[in-house]
Amino acid sequence: MLAVNHLSKSYEGRLLLDDISFTLDAGETICLLGASGSGKSTLLRIIAGLESADSGSVSFDGVDLTSIPPHLRDFGLVFQDYALFPHLSVYDNVAFGLKMRRLPQDQISQSVANALEMVNLVGFDKRQVTELSGGEQQRVALARALATRPRLLMFDEPLGALDRALREGLLHELRMILHQTQIPSIYVTHDQEEAFTIADRVLILHDGKIVCQGTPAEVWSHPGSTFVAGFLGLGNLIKGEIIGKDGDGDWSVASSTGDFTVHCGGEHQMGDIVHLLARPLPAESEPNILRGTVTDVIFQQDRFKVLLENDLYLYLQKPARVGERIEVPVKVECLS
Amino acid sequence: MDSGKQVIQSNRIPLSTSVSVYLSGRRHIILWVLPLSFLLIFFFYPLFRILALTFSPDTFTTENLLQAGQVLLFTVYQAALSTLLTLLLGLPAAYLFARYDFRGKSLLRALTIVPFMLPTVVVAAGFSAFLGPRGLVQELLPAISFNFIGTLTAILVAHVFYNTAIVIRIVGNAISSLDPRLEAAARSLGADTLRVWRYVIFPLLRPAILAATLLVFLFDFTSFGVILLLGGSRFATLEVEIYLRVLKLPNLSLAALLCMIQLACTMLVSVLYSGVVVRSTIQTAPRSEASNIRSPKSLREKIFVSGFTLLLVTFFFLPLFALPFRSFFRLEADRGQRGEVQYGFTTDYYTELFVNRTGSVFYVPPIRATINSLGYAGMTVVLSLLLGFPAALALAKPGRLEKILDPLIMLPLGSSAVMLGLGFILSLGTWLISPWLVPFAHTLVALPFVIRALQPAIASIPERLRQAAASLGASPLEVWRNIDLPILRRATLTAAVFAFTISLGEFGATLLISRPEYPTIPVAIERFLSQPGGLNYGQAMAMATVLMVLTLISILLIEKFRLPGTGEF
Repeated sequence: MLAVNHLSKSYEGRLLLDDISFTLDAGETICLLGASGSGKSTLLRIIAGLESADSGSVSFDGVDLTSIPPHLRDFGLVFQDYALFPHLSVYDNVAFGLKMRRLPQDQISQSVANALEMVNLVGFDKRQVTELSGGEQQRVALARALATRPRLLMFDEPLGALDRALREGLLHELRMILHQTQIPSIYVTHDQEEAFTIADRVLILHDGKIVCQGTPAEVWSHPGSTFVAGFLGLGNLIKGEIIGKDGDGDWSVASSTGDFTVHCGGEHQMGDIVHLLARPLPAESEPNILRGTVTDVIFQQDRFKVLLENDLYLYLQKPARVGERIEVPVKVECLS
Repeated sequence: MDSGKQVIQSNRIPLSTSVSVYLSGRRHIILWVLPLSFLLIFFFYPLFRILALTFSPDTFTTENLLQAGQVLLFTVYQAALSTLLTLLLGLPAAYLFARYDFRGKSLLRALTIVPFMLPTVVVAAGFSAFLGPRGLVQELLPAISFNFIGTLTAILVAHVFYNTAIVIRIVGNAISSLDPRLEAAARSLGADTLRVWRYVIFPLLRPAILAATLLVFLFDFTSFGVILLLGGSRFATLEVEIYLRVLKLPNLSLAALLCMIQLACTMLVSVLYSGVVVRSTIQTAPRSEASNIRSPKSLREKIFVSGFTLLLVTFFFLPLFALPFRSFFRLEADRGQRGEVQYGFTTDYYTELFVNRTGSVFYVPPIRATINSLGYAGMTVVLSLLLGFPAALALAKPGRLEKILDPLIMLPLGSSAVMLGLGFILSLGTWLISPWLVPFAHTLVALPFVIRALQPAIASIPERLRQAAASLGASPLEVWRNIDLPILRRATLTAAVFAFTISLGEFGATLLISRPEYPTIPVAIERFLSQPGGLNYGQAMAMATVLMVLTLISILLIEKFRLPGTGEF
C-alpha cells in the first residue's frame, strides 16, 4: 500500500533522513522507534505531506503522492499534544474532517457517534476540549483521526504527554481499534515498550537511517548492531578479539571479561575486533559463562538485577550477596 | 523546524493565494505595503518635517536654547518626583496584591488598573471634581479652602493616580513569581526579615522595579493632558510648551527643537527599558502563585492590609466617584445667574449638552462632540484593523524583514501625541480643513496597540492545529476560515475595543489638529473646563462622565475578550 522510496532530507546542512525505504502493507501497523533527533518525526511529516523531501518519493497504492497536498491525501494524523481545536467542542473537533468532506449532516453525526463510541467517549459530544483531561483529549484526537476512515493512520508520539498507567491502558485500546478497523498505521515513538506492544513490525531509526527492522520478536532476538542492542538495552555489550576457531565453525573470542565461544556470521580473521552481546538471563545449556564479584543487588519485582565489579549485569531469580563471587551461564551472540 | 513554511514553499503544491500570501516569506512584502505607506505618510514624513525645521538656522538661538533647557529641566524634575511618589504608593500595593488574600481583592485590583486606561481629561476632570475649587470637598466643606488646580501637587497626585497600576502590575507579577522556598531557605540559614529582603527579595525584584520605574518615568515625562488641565501653562513641560508654541505663542522652530529633545529622551528611556525587561524576563521563572498568597495573620499584617486597602480605595475611588456625582449636583451659580441658586440634584448639565446656545463655547450643540468622537472612534477602528491585520500577520511569522520593521512600527508609541499633531500641521497643512485627518492621527496612536493585541494571537495558533486540519482534509482556505479566523475573533475584538478607547480619549494630537466646529469629547471637556460659570463646569463634568462610562465599558469588554497574556504593556 504505502511505499517509501529512497527518501532523503537535510535541514541546515544536517542530514535528517538518509535514503529511507520501506513499505507498509494492508492492515499492518509499523512502528518507527528512535531517540529524539533520529528523524522519525520528520519522516512522518513527509509522509503526511507537511514537509517535502529533498529526494525520493512516497507513493500509496502505486500513486506518487509528491504533488498531492496534505489535505487531499486522506491520511489521519494524531499529534503528540493532540492539536485539538480549542475553539470547537468535542463533537465539532471529531466532525471537522467529515465537514471538510462535505458529507450530509446525518452521516456526520452518525460517524462522530461511531468514532466516539470506539474511543469510549460516548456522551462527551458537547464538552469543550479545553476542559478534558489529558487522556480524554488523546481519545478525542484519536476519534477525530478515525472518524473520516482515513486510508492510513499516523501517530506522532501520541502518548508522550500521558502518565504511565494511562499510557498502558490507552495503548491496548489503540491496539484493539487498529485490529478492528484494519487501517494501516505508522506509529512513531521513542519508547520501546510502546513500540513492541503496538507494532506488527518495528523500524529502528538512528541518525536518519533505518538500522534494524522486523517483528518485535525478530528485532529482540537479532538486534544486528551494537547500537540497537544498546538502545534496546538487550544486555551486556562486550568488545573482544578473535583468537581462534573451533571445529563447528564457532569463534573463540578473548575479552577483558573472559573468553567466549560464539557463532559469527560473515568472514572473520584472527585478531579481528568483534562486538558481543551477553544476555543478562541465565541460560543453563550455554557454554559461555559470565563471572565476577557482586557489587550491588537491585530488587525488580520478579527478579533481581545483580551488578558485577566489571560493569556486567545479570537478572537472577534469587538475590546474590554483595561481595560474593558468582558464575552464570548466559547466551552470548556476535553483533558484527 | 517550521513545517508550515516548508509546505508552502514547495512549489509542487498548489495552494490558494490567500493563505500562501500570509505564510510565505517573500510575499510578506505585500502585507507591509499598506501599513508602511501609512506610516511613511502620516508618521515618518511629518517626523522628517519636524527634524528639518529643527535644523533650520533660526532654531538654535540663545533664547530658544535657554528656554528649551529650562523646560527640559522642569520636565525631568516633575517626572522624577512623580515617579518617586508612584513607587512609594505602588510598591507596598504590589506587595499587598501579590502576597495577601483579602476580601474584595479582585475588585480593588480592578479599581487600581482603571485609571491607567482612562483618558487624561477624565482623570483631570475627576480630580477637579474631587479637590478643585469647584469640586466636592471645597464646595461641601466651606471651612476647608486650598489651592489644588494650578499647583505642582495636582500634577503629582494625578500622575500617581495614573501610573500606580504599572508598578502594581510589573512588580506584583515579579513578587508572585518569586519562589517562596528561597525566602524559607534564607530564613533557615539565619536571615531575619530585614536581611531576607535586603539580600534575597530585593535583589530578585530589582529588574522588575527598575522596569516599572522607567516605564512610569516615561509616562510622566510625556504626560500632557493632566499637566495642561490640572497644572496650567505655568507648569510648562516639553509637551505643554510644544502645544503652547504651536497654538498660543507661535514659535514653531522652538516647538520643533523641543520635539527632538523629547524624542531623544523617550528613546533613551525606551532603550533602557527594553534592556531591563530582557534581563528581568530571564530571571523570573513562572511558579504556582497559590503557594505565595495567604490571608494576613499577625496583627501587624492585618493593620497593613486593612490600612493600605483603605488608603487605596480612598485614593482611587473618590476622584472616580466625585466626577459623576458632581455632574448631577449643582453646587455653584451658573454664569450670569442672579438671585437664589437652586443647589442640589440636577440633570441640567446633561440636558444642556443638547442645546446650541449663542455665545456658548461651541458653534454646535455640545452633544455633537460625542457624535464626532464616536464617529472618529469608529473610523479609527476600521483604519487601524485594516492596517494592523496585515502587519500583525507578517510579524507573527517574523523573517529578516520583520526584525527591522518591528521596532519601526512601534516607534509612534515613543513619540508624543502633541508631537504627532505638530508633524501633521507641518506636513499636511492644507489638509487640515478636513476633519478626516483626526482618525488618521488616532490610528497612528492606536496602531501599535492593535498590532500587539493581534500578533500574539496569530502567533499563538500552533502550526499543528493547521496541520491537523490539513490532515483531516481542510484546504488552506478552509484552514484559514475554520481555524485562524474563529480563534482570532476574540483578539480582533480586543484590538477593535483598544482602538476605539484610544480614539475616544485621545487628547494631545486632537487638540492640535481638530477644527473648532468638529470638537471631540476630550476637546470639549477642555474648553468647558477653561470657561467660568457653573453651567460650563457642570457640562465638563457631564461630558467627562459620559467619556468615563464609555471607557469603563470598553475596559470591561477588553478584559472579557482578552486572551491570557496578550495586550499587556
